[in-house]
Amino acid sequence: MIDNSYEAVMSRKNEIMKKSVGVDYQKYEIHGIAFDYEKMLSDSGYPIEKIRQIQLETGVGNTQLVELKNINRLIKKISPKGKGARIYVKDEATNPSGSFKDRRASVSVYRAKELGFKGVIAATSGNYGAAVASQAAKKGLKSIIVQECYDSRGVGQPEILEKQRACEAYGAEVLQLSVGPELFYYFLRLLEDTGYFNASLYTPFGIAGVETLGYEIAEQSIRQFGRYPDAVAITHAGGGNLTGTARGLKKAGAKDTKIIGVSVDLKGLHMASDRDFNKKSFTTGHTGFGVPFAVFPDRADVPRNAARSLRYMDRYILVTQGEVFYVTEMLANMEGLLRGPAGNTSLAGAIALATEMNEDQIIVVNETEYTGAGKLPSAQLTFARHNGIEIRTGDPLKEDIPGKNIVIPSSPGLMGFTEYPLQSIRKSYLKQAVNKYGTKDFSDIELEFISEDINIGVEKVKEYLKEIAL
Amino acid sequence: MQNEKQFFPKGSLVQICFTGLRPEERTANLPEDTRKVPLEIRVKGFLKDESACIGQEVSVETVTGREVKGKMIAVNPKYEHNFGEPVPELILAVNKLQEIMKGDFDD
Repeated sequence: MIDNSYEAVMSRKNEIMKKSVGVDYQKYEIHGIAFDYEKMLSDSGYPIEKIRQIQLETGVGNTQLVELKNINRLIKKISPKGKGARIYVKDEATNPSGSFKDRRASVSVYRAKELGFKGVIAATSGNYGAAVASQAAKKGLKSIIVQECYDSRGVGQPEILEKQRACEAYGAEVLQLSVGPELFYYFLRLLEDTGYFNASLYTPFGIAGVETLGYEIAEQSIRQFGRYPDAVAITHAGGGNLTGTARGLKKAGAKDTKIIGVSVDLKGLHMASDRDFNKKSFTTGHTGFGVPFAVFPDRADVPRNAARSLRYMDRYILVTQGEVFYVTEMLANMEGLLRGPAGNTSLAGAIALATEMNEDQIIVVNETEYTGAGKLPSAQLTFARHNGIEIRTGDPLKEDIPGKNIVIPSSPGLMGFTEYPLQSIRKSYLKQAVNKYGTKDFSDIELEFISEDINIGVEKVKEYLKEIAL
Repeated sequence: MQNEKQFFPKGSLVQICFTGLRPEERTANLPEDTRKVPLEIRVKGFLKDESACIGQEVSVETVTGREVKGKMIAVNPKYEHNFGEPVPELILAVNKLQEIMKGDFDD
C-alpha cells in the first residue's frame, strides 16, 4: 500500500516530477545553487520558429498591438510639459481561451502529446487553467485543473469560480481546494495516480511559449512606429510572463527596452490565511506571488524554475487594487476594450509611468485578458463589498489598505505607483540562498550563477553577502 | 433548493466534497486560522451509486474517468458567480474623465 501522507508524498516529489515533466533536471545541476539555466532552456524548449509554428496551428498568438489613442491624449493632459509617453497594448485577450496563457499552454500540451501522455494536469487558479484545457481539447488529451478556490466557509472567489466554469466548458475535470499551500501535495498525488503530464507554468516549454509574445512586440513595434519600445510593462506574479516576454524581446533584438514588472500591492494580507483569502480582489498579479517568486524562483512545482524574473527585470513597481479597477473601466469607456481586470495591472503601472516619461517615448503593455461573469470590476467589487471591504474614491497611494478598502482614484492625476527597490529583492534572494545552503562561502561558479540570476556583478554579490548574518 | 431527502439516480451529475488533509495532518508554517480547518476538496462527477441523497458518502466518475469518493453536497450545481452590481463610484470617476478630455477624442 502506497503511503499517501503529506510527508511521504512530498518526499517522492523529485521522482514524481521527473516522470511527469519529461525533463531530467539533474542533467543541468552544476553544484550547490548553480545550474545551467540556458542549457536547460535550449535543450528542453524549442527554437522560436518551431514555437511560432505550434502556435499558428492552434490559433495562438499574432495578436494586435493597439495604440490607446484616447488614453494617450488623457495622459498628455495630466502630464507636465514635455512628458506623457504613449501606450500601446498587446491585445492578448484575442487568444483562443482569452489570455496570453495560451502561449504557455500550447507548448506544454504539444510536448505532452509528443511524449505520448494521455492527459495533462495543471495547478492554477488563473487563466492558465482555461488555456491548458483549451489546448488539451485541441490535441485530444484529457485535462485536470487543480485550483485553490474556497475558504473554509465554502465561499469561492468569483474570479476563480469563473475559471472553473471556463475549464469545464473546455472539458476539463476541475478540483477545487480550500485555502492552503498543500494544494501542491494533492497535485503530486494526482500526477502519481493518473500518470498525466505536469503542465507546470514553470517548465522550459512554458517559458519558451511566452517568448513569442516579446518577439511579436518587437516586430510589431518596428512595423508600427519604426523602433523598439522604450519600456514594456508586464504584470508580474510567478515570473513567467516577465521572463518569457523579456527573452523574446531580446531574441528579436530589442536589447535596450526596459522591462518593468508591475504587481498589485497586497501588503498585510497573508496568502495562506483562510480569513484573508476572500478579502482580496485580485487572485493573481499581486505581491503575494510577485515578491516570493522573484526572491526564490525554485519554490515552484518543478525542481528548477525556468521563470527567473530578476534576470530580466529593470524596475519593479506596485499599484493598488483601486487603480487597476479604475483603468479597467477607463479601457472600456475610452478605448472600447472590455478587458481584465487582473491583466490590466501592468496598464495601471504604465499610465502612471507614462506621465513621468518623455512625450516621445513609448511603453508597450504586454497583455490584456478576457472578462466575464465573476471577472469584472462590477462582479469583484460587489463581492468585496459583501466581504466588508469599503469602496470609495480618494487618493489610492495614500489611503489604500488591502483587506480594508479599495480606493478608486478621484482624478487621473492621482494615479501613481510605489517603487519596490530591486536591491531589496536581490538581498532577500541572497538571504534565502544562504539559509537554504547553510553557507555564505559560495564557489566561484556559484557566485557567477548568482550574479546572472539576480543581474548584478559578482563583486556586488560578494558585498551583499557580507551584510548577511549566518 | 435541493431537498435533502430527495434521492438522485445513478448517473446524476453531482458535486462531492472530501477531506484532503485533516487539521493535524496539515503542513507546519500555516497561519493559525488555516491550521484549524481541514484541507477540503470539491469535484464533480457522475454518480456511481444506485441512488443517493445529499449528505451521503458516494462514488463518482469524473469526466476524465477517475473514480473519486466523497460526501455528495450538490446535484448539478448552477454556476452562480455573476456580473455583480454596477459600481457608482467607478462610473462617476470615469465620467469625470470626459470633462478633462473636453471632447478631444480620436477621430
